[in-house]
Amino acid sequence: MSKTNIDEINRNIYDIKNKDEYDYKIKKGLTAEIINEISRQKSDPEWMRQFRLKALEVYNELELPTWGPDISELNMDEIATYVKPKTDLKNSWKDVPEDIKDTFDKLGIPEAEKKSLAGVGAQYDSEVVYHSMKEELIKQGVIYTDMETALREYSEIVKEHFMKCVPIYDHKFVALHGAVWSGGSFVYVPKGVKVDIPLQSYFRLNSPESGQFEHTLIIVDEGASLHFIEGCSAPKYNKVNLHAGCVELYVKDNAYLRYSTIENWSKNMLNLNTKKAVVGKNAQIDWVTGSFGSKISMLYPMSILNGKGAKTEYTGISFAGKGQNLDNGFKVIHNAENTSSVVNAKSISKNGGSCTYRSLVRINDNAKKSKCSVSCESLMLDDISKSDTIPVNDIRTDEVEFSHEAKIGKISDKAIFYLMSRGLSEEDAKAMIVRGFAYPISKELPIEYAVEMNNLINLELDGAIG
Amino acid sequence: MSNQLLKIENLCVNVDKKQILKGINLEINKGEIHVIMGPNGSGKTTTANAILNNPLYTKTSGSVLFDGKDITNLKTDEIARNGIFMSFQLPEEIPGISVTNFLKYAKNKITEKPVKIFEFKKEIKTYMEELKMNPEYMERSLNVGFSGGEKKKNEILQMLVLNPKLAILDETDSGLDVDAIKTVSKGIEMFKNKKNAVLIITHNTKILHSLKVDYVHVLIDGKIVKTGNQELAKKIEENGYEQYKK
Repeated sequence: MSKTNIDEINRNIYDIKNKDEYDYKIKKGLTAEIINEISRQKSDPEWMRQFRLKALEVYNELELPTWGPDISELNMDEIATYVKPKTDLKNSWKDVPEDIKDTFDKLGIPEAEKKSLAGVGAQYDSEVVYHSMKEELIKQGVIYTDMETALREYSEIVKEHFMKCVPIYDHKFVALHGAVWSGGSFVYVPKGVKVDIPLQSYFRLNSPESGQFEHTLIIVDEGASLHFIEGCSAPKYNKVNLHAGCVELYVKDNAYLRYSTIENWSKNMLNLNTKKAVVGKNAQIDWVTGSFGSKISMLYPMSILNGKGAKTEYTGISFAGKGQNLDNGFKVIHNAENTSSVVNAKSISKNGGSCTYRSLVRINDNAKKSKCSVSCESLMLDDISKSDTIPVNDIRTDEVEFSHEAKIGKISDKAIFYLMSRGLSEEDAKAMIVRGFAYPISKELPIEYAVEMNNLINLELDGAIG
Repeated sequence: MSNQLLKIENLCVNVDKKQILKGINLEINKGEIHVIMGPNGSGKTTTANAILNNPLYTKTSGSVLFDGKDITNLKTDEIARNGIFMSFQLPEEIPGISVTNFLKYAKNKITEKPVKIFEFKKEIKTYMEELKMNPEYMERSLNVGFSGGEKKKNEILQMLVLNPKLAILDETDSGLDVDAIKTVSKGIEMFKNKKNAVLIITHNTKILHSLKVDYVHVLIDGKIVKTGNQELAKKIEENGYEQYKK
């Protein structure tokens, strides 16, 4: 049978490049002088300036990771760490400059908001340019704002939580993040408040050679609930772009947080993002992740189940095409009795792309009667693509239920023949199989993201499946 | 207008470079039900796959005409869109796509017309009732977790919905109990009319107890060695295939 590959994602709408205009771009490389300059530009409080300098020290001490994908191509001296777009924070969509607005329009951001999302924050390069939230949420005391505003207006709560969940000593890129972070979202949901429509933010990198270091800090207080959606995209440039964001989630006792992400960075991006959640008693964090873009991705969201009866679910899919090395996975620490985790990870690789599922499950000896079930499935669409599973399971007590299942496969010729015998072309048949494979993930996403994901998978085929 | 639907001439087929079919000739007219019988390994499933031009089956000579058109080298999906359906011996499981959505998608491809979803679902439901299928299966992933019998019924359901000109049923009766065979026979009778035809491929005669057929062909070692009517099937039931082997 002749081989037909599912085609490269049509990135046209994601690869719209604006003229690289910026009113300020710092010198390449990283010194205390630069960090002070960033801090001055951002009017940081003094504690934050000190924090950045400390993080810089740690950054200089730590080595690059020696495991996982090769990131030696990264030269930090080449990366301008701070790009401030030519606009200040706007409260109305109308006030956002035309070309930036145009880009967001093409990405469907205001449309998404119109479809009754509770709020939208869009980050263009390093500053949040547009922000809004529904009135009723504000009345309930929900705070959704950019990190800079939060630092000014809610400094106590920020100071109490900022990089406590993800300490700067974690790894080199977290330290870097601590030194140069800019932009991002801050959400606080007060006790008992259920936010029943999702909040969403959209990150986008526009300038060549610039890093993006946005910080997301979400606190869901006792008994509250929230669904937060993060989408990421960047147009393509020749130089390597770095994304080293940081996401810190605090899910207090009896609270619920669902954190959904579609990452669709351009194919030259190094995505070295760090995400962690601390979960309280009988609370739950669910991660839903779609990873499609970037050249190299090293992304392992982590749930720390600190309270009795805490739960977490991870549902993730990676899709690697030509030249992509997506090293993604999940980490969970069971640190109290009766905690449970469920992992459902999938990957698709094609045209020489490589997907690795790397995970850590640790069940501490204080986590008796805990449960963990892991399932990962990989689909390779041709003979030149790669798929790997690297689980680390560190179980320190006997009284647990633990299961791990891994499946690596190819699209079977028999299945293709079966579908073709029903009138589907070979391409249709393959796309149907791939969409079906991804369905358990896409059904977890909000509809417009599920559609986006299907479009990403779908490629040149008409007739979406209902 | 010719009444001829399928004409196979001198068809030779290799699988993994080994010759399986050694010159098959077969003619099926509209309104007829044919049966190909034969012992295991005689080339029955190969015949079905060769008609659908499964790429794992290499035609070394011969031709397949369908409705006056040479379909010998068409792709499988084109053959399906020309009006040939095959019920599989072992239907594939396709996770993540429901029976209804799959049928809607396939029907669209075959008729090249958009499907009216409400009427379509009603039609599917009616057929499912006739086939004694649980209506919940409409929303389940295609064949995933279906029992052998449910898979076979689902094949017949697809045949009814897609309404081909020629339905090839490859061992649809095998592994089914008496009641399920009756249900499948009923499905075939519902489908059958003067303008279409059915080709049943089987290694036993059970289905012929509840279904009237026009022609029975005996396939031995890649060749049709004998053609007769329903009586021939009875003889085989009594005496086996031994007398037709060399």
